[in-house]
Amino acid sequence: MATTIETATGAAQAMFLNMGPQHPSTHGVLRVALELDGETVVSARSDIGYLHTAIEKSCEAKTYMQAITLTDRMDYLCPLSNNLGYCLAVEKLLGLEVPKRAQYVRVLLTELTRIASHLVWLGTHAIDLGAMSVFLYCFREREEILKIFEQVAGQRMMTSYFRTGGLSLEPPADWLERVAAFVESFPGHLEEYENLLTENRIWKMRTIGVGVISPEDAVAWGVSGPCLRAAGVGYDVRKYFPYSSYEEFEFDVPTRTESDCYARYLVRLEEMRQSLRIVKQAMAKMPAEGPIRAEAPGIIPPQREKMKTEMEALIYHFKIFTEGFSPPPGQVFQRIESPRGEFGCYVVSDGSPKPFRVKFRAPSFVNLQALPLLCVGRLVADVVACIGTLDIVLGEIDR
Amino acid sequence: MAEAVETTVHPVTARLAGWNADVLAGAEIFRGELTITVARAELLRVADFLRHDSQLQFDFLSSLTATDHFPLEPRFAVVYELLSLPRHETMRLRAWAEGANPMVPSVTSVWPTANWHEREVFDLFGIRFEGHPDLTRLLLPDDWEGHPLRKDYPTGGYR
Repeated sequence: MATTIETATGAAQAMFLNMGPQHPSTHGVLRVALELDGETVVSARSDIGYLHTAIEKSCEAKTYMQAITLTDRMDYLCPLSNNLGYCLAVEKLLGLEVPKRAQYVRVLLTELTRIASHLVWLGTHAIDLGAMSVFLYCFREREEILKIFEQVAGQRMMTSYFRTGGLSLEPPADWLERVAAFVESFPGHLEEYENLLTENRIWKMRTIGVGVISPEDAVAWGVSGPCLRAAGVGYDVRKYFPYSSYEEFEFDVPTRTESDCYARYLVRLEEMRQSLRIVKQAMAKMPAEGPIRAEAPGIIPPQREKMKTEMEALIYHFKIFTEGFSPPPGQVFQRIESPRGEFGCYVVSDGSPKPFRVKFRAPSFVNLQALPLLCVGRLVADVVACIGTLDIVLGEIDR
Repeated sequence: MAEAVETTVHPVTARLAGWNADVLAGAEIFRGELTITVARAELLRVADFLRHDSQLQFDFLSSLTATDHFPLEPRFAVVYELLSLPRHETMRLRAWAEGANPMVPSVTSVWPTANWHEREVFDLFGIRFEGHPDLTRLLLPDDWEGHPLRKDYPTGGYR
């Protein structure tokens, strides 16, 4: 976060424009220091840090389990993806194997999260470019997903539903019926959005050929997720390094080669269809009963009934919730495919019940860095479209 | 061969040792993840080799961060998470820096994405990156005192 204002080139005729930190199109608190020649962007410098809350430092003061709640609050549009990335990292550190049923529930819920996150993106991006009604439709469908989360986890947004070793609660009996109803209705809604946007002349004029980044630049600047795939590079963590049983699911990784805002829009729409495919498969695979947590005394909290009837389980319960568990010393890095791209979680253990160091590789942080490549040489209005299709969440960037 | 050969030499380690065995300060595998430690002075050369060698091609820098091992010396470890998109392989590169005036060479010339990562590490750990084009604070205000992710920085701040 810069306290002094400066321009990158210092050209005499250039005009300096502050976009943000309170600009609706910056989706949070982001300041872009623009240098303009007429309406053409000469340089763009992102200024971040307004939402910095030292989440990585706070993790060092909490036990491994307590730190899960902090991961929800980074990228508040996909809390379950963040939960999953962190839990997988700690499980890797512990060498834990999670029961299949819990893995499928995780896959199902993170794919619903991807749809919900893409819906917020689509709605807000459309509103940035002047299409109000899409926003209302998107939030209508997102609400259905949040109701599923509420039914399963008790929370609409900050779910903290995934825990090391499995899930926090047994999912309610009829939750899959609600998921089935959503899966049934959603393809029709997707068509609604497409009817409103895909062939819309204004939409195409605002997005086609805007914000192009070459595949070489995208890789060199670490861009990931739909933005990278719209540039023709098919990197998807779910396919490259499958986690949580993704290797058992059939789905395609949509890619485009145009690498403009329109291509990123098309990639995300197709991703929602693919997520729906995964959700359907997960529902079909899901065993009706089975453990939702790994068996690991002293690390995973015992079942409630055991805790109330067995002395040993009670002791473990007490130990886990007072001092936590201690993974062996070591370091791991776990990648997952969050809706925004490659989310990484680097956890270092020194053998104590609190993490020695936790680092989150936030996809938005890295993608935002490439903003000047997208918008320099274009009009000010295109900056809005570029920020929109990068799909950034400032809570995750600043952490 | 006369000398004892480790049974589990990772192909990446072998390739690096074949190129220049002197740069290798250590290699370990934990939970299937390879960590290669190199001397700080050789970091840039090693990074360039890992990025451009036709058999390695680590073209994607996922993450760059540091750990503080206060009060041990060398105090800081700078950690690079690398990914090879053509070869579907990952590895971790690590270099150590002393507590007094910690400095490591910048890898922005190899992976441009390191720019903000290095600024963040400079901001939160106070490690300087030699050759960085614009090494200023990223998340905290310019006039902030101290580097919060250091272990001797209190969780509640200096107040």
